[in-house]
Amino acid sequence: MAVTLSERAARHVANYMVKRGKGIGLRLGVRTSGCSGMAYKLEFADIARPDDIEFESHGVKVLIDPKSFPYLDGTELDYAREGLNEGFRFNNPNVKDACGCGESFNV
Amino acid sequence: MALLQIAEPGESSAPHQHRLAVGIDLGTTNSLVATVRSGLAVVLSDELGRPLLPSVVRYMPDGQTEVGYDAQTRQALDPRNTIVSVKRFMGRGLADISNREGMPYRFDDAPGMLRLHTVAGLKSPVEVSAEILRNLRLRAEASLGGALLGAVITVPAYFDDAQRQATKDAARLAGLPVLRLLNEPTAAAIAYGLDNAAEGVYAVYDLGGGTFDISILRLSRGIFEVLATGGDSALGGDDFDHRIFCWILETAGLKPLSVEDARVLLTRAREAKEYLTFHGVAPISARLDSGEIVDLTLSTEIFSEITQTLVAKTMQPVKKALRDAGLSVADVKGVVMVGGATRMPQVQRAVGDFFRQDPLNNLDPDKVVAIGAAKQANLLAGNGAAGDDWLLLDVIPLSLGIETMGGLVEKIIPRNATIPTARAQEFTTFRDGQTALAVHVVQGERELVGDCRSLARFELRGIPPMVAGAARVRVTFQVDADGLLAVTAREKTSGVEASIVVKPSYGLSDDEIAEMLKDSLQHVRDDALQRALREAQIDAERLLEAVRAALVGDGELLSADERARIDADIGKLQAATRGDNRRQIVLAMDDLEADTKDFAARRMDKSIRRAFAGRRISELDSDTTIAHTGEAT
Ligand SMILES: Nc1ncnc2c1ncn2[C@@H]1O[C@H](COP(=O)(O)OP(=O)(O)O)[C@@H](O)[C@H]1O
Ligand SMILES: [Mg+2]
Repeated sequence: MAVTLSERAARHVANYMVKRGKGIGLRLGVRTSGCSGMAYKLEFADIARPDDIEFESHGVKVLIDPKSFPYLDGTELDYAREGLNEGFRFNNPNVKDACGCGESFNV
Repeated sequence: MALLQIAEPGESSAPHQHRLAVGIDLGTTNSLVATVRSGLAVVLSDELGRPLLPSVVRYMPDGQTEVGYDAQTRQALDPRNTIVSVKRFMGRGLADISNREGMPYRFDDAPGMLRLHTVAGLKSPVEVSAEILRNLRLRAEASLGGALLGAVITVPAYFDDAQRQATKDAARLAGLPVLRLLNEPTAAAIAYGLDNAAEGVYAVYDLGGGTFDISILRLSRGIFEVLATGGDSALGGDDFDHRIFCWILETAGLKPLSVEDARVLLTRAREAKEYLTFHGVAPISARLDSGEIVDLTLSTEIFSEITQTLVAKTMQPVKKALRDAGLSVADVKGVVMVGGATRMPQVQRAVGDFFRQDPLNNLDPDKVVAIGAAKQANLLAGNGAAGDDWLLLDVIPLSLGIETMGGLVEKIIPRNATIPTARAQEFTTFRDGQTALAVHVVQGERELVGDCRSLARFELRGIPPMVAGAARVRVTFQVDADGLLAVTAREKTSGVEASIVVKPSYGLSDDEIAEMLKDSLQHVRDDALQRALREAQIDAERLLEAVRAALVGDGELLSADERARIDADIGKLQAATRGDNRRQIVLAMDDLEADTKDFAARRMDKSIRRAFAGRRISELDSDTTIAHTGEAT
């Protein structure tokens, strides 16, 4: 399996990276916290770590630490617009129930 | 479901802890809200994709309001209840408003700030501005998907305390926490990243809808200092519209127009002006109520010609501001263009010619202030990338210092010092054998401790006994980027140290700060006289203390005659010290000093002999008074 970006998401990431002027890609991860147990991490990556699991999706490099990977495997990162609000969304097949806010989840 | 943004490495916030912060340009003509999204500053548009919100509020009989484009459209139909350019009224009394007759409003002269009669009742400019801010807050919350931590709101650099306070009050009314007010030119400079650029002097040329502002800033160590401001509060893009309007009337040979026709033509004029920024000619056509048809073409050349005097008019304040700052054109490192009206090519050209360099104009001039404010808000909310924190432009609102002898304040960090900062000053003991020092930390502008705010007290103990003035106590004030103050006192010869951490602004509301500042200005003169008197009294006490100690220890070195004269001098000086005549104190001190001169010499000989004999001086009753060496470090 893999972790992928939708084309829209990749376009936005690429755009942000150009404006930011540095970075090698995107780092995804999970952490324990939040109202449903786990929370996503979504950050720019400036360095790759030796044990990182790497993917390339629509030209964007995605780095994931090995501990997070089982919880993210199969995820597609999408970019969505809801009314005036816009941003990234994790479409994660591992999630059993998410808290209403979408920021934390349970597997 | 919340949509996520990309964080800087290692800075993903915990769920429900996104620190949503925005920058707001509360403009005379247009207002905007911007935020930093995934590291990029963007202006937030409304549902129809429009980034600007016209700063127009219309009150309706049922108390409801319309804000922005809706209000603007109905301005001609309901001029009295449609408030435009309310920024001109913020923090102003009726007497401050010059061209009231030209305005359709019914004013009420309330104390402090004027009020406006509307169909929905009496409204303060603060309430009107709050409507605009509330609209932008709702837009931001809808765009960002949550409640805001706060906003950085921009104000003109020349805004005084009353105008700034009014802006803050409007935000409070709108349910918007203010992270900070930021000067508009500074925000523009930040938007251009000048805070990361070479140090030097920058000019910010801001031509808005109805106002012109020029600011001269100096950037040093990431801090912008406003050197001079100037401008014309009745000159802006609207005047260019009016010139085109007059040209239409003349060229088309129109008779006096109805209010409605005039409004239509003014709108056409503005459209033509904005069109000419991107095209060589602009068509102007309208069908008037009178049945006449206007069908004209305005060229860039004619437009430049009929507005030449307006452009030239902006250069006078520019020259004056440079003069006020004591600078010439050659000193200006960069020129920032701000305000929608600076899009006009003839303005760009004139500014470039004047400063002999191409102005910075690659950002949208009507968005640049909001963008800069958003960047600052992002940093203040703690969302910035590591290493960016030095950008914090915060200053200390009131001076910090310590109490010295006689209840005087010795300022260690002056008001408006930028933080983080650290300053140290050396103090010494007041009495022989003094082994402890009381450090009383105070905040305020006044000279006497009683008039300032007490922040903390602590004691430095274990100073080895020495003669008065021999100990070297270094008191260091350190304020970190959060405004947290740490005070350390260290005696140099022995190395004993004591410290305390205080939060200086704790419990001091902005109102109190404003009040205290006003207070200090009214009292500067008073305070200076008071201070001189107190200093004389302290010097006298010090002298009396020294003489008394000497008399106890070495009284036998004096003849009865000498002793009587000295006792008389002491009595006179004591009496003078209790009064408030500084001159009398100084004269009495001179007498005592003259009459104890020989005595001092004799004591010196004796103490040298004693020192060589290796005898120890017993510790005197120690108290903790702090004295200053008069030497800043
Ligand atoms: N393309 C353009 N060409 C010329 N003037 C423009 C253009 N776009 C906007 N303006 C003018 O800019 C002015 C508004 O400037 P803005 O910076 O929004 O004002 P303020 O700071 O006073 O709120 C208006 O007079 C508007 O007509
Ligand atoms: Mg403006």
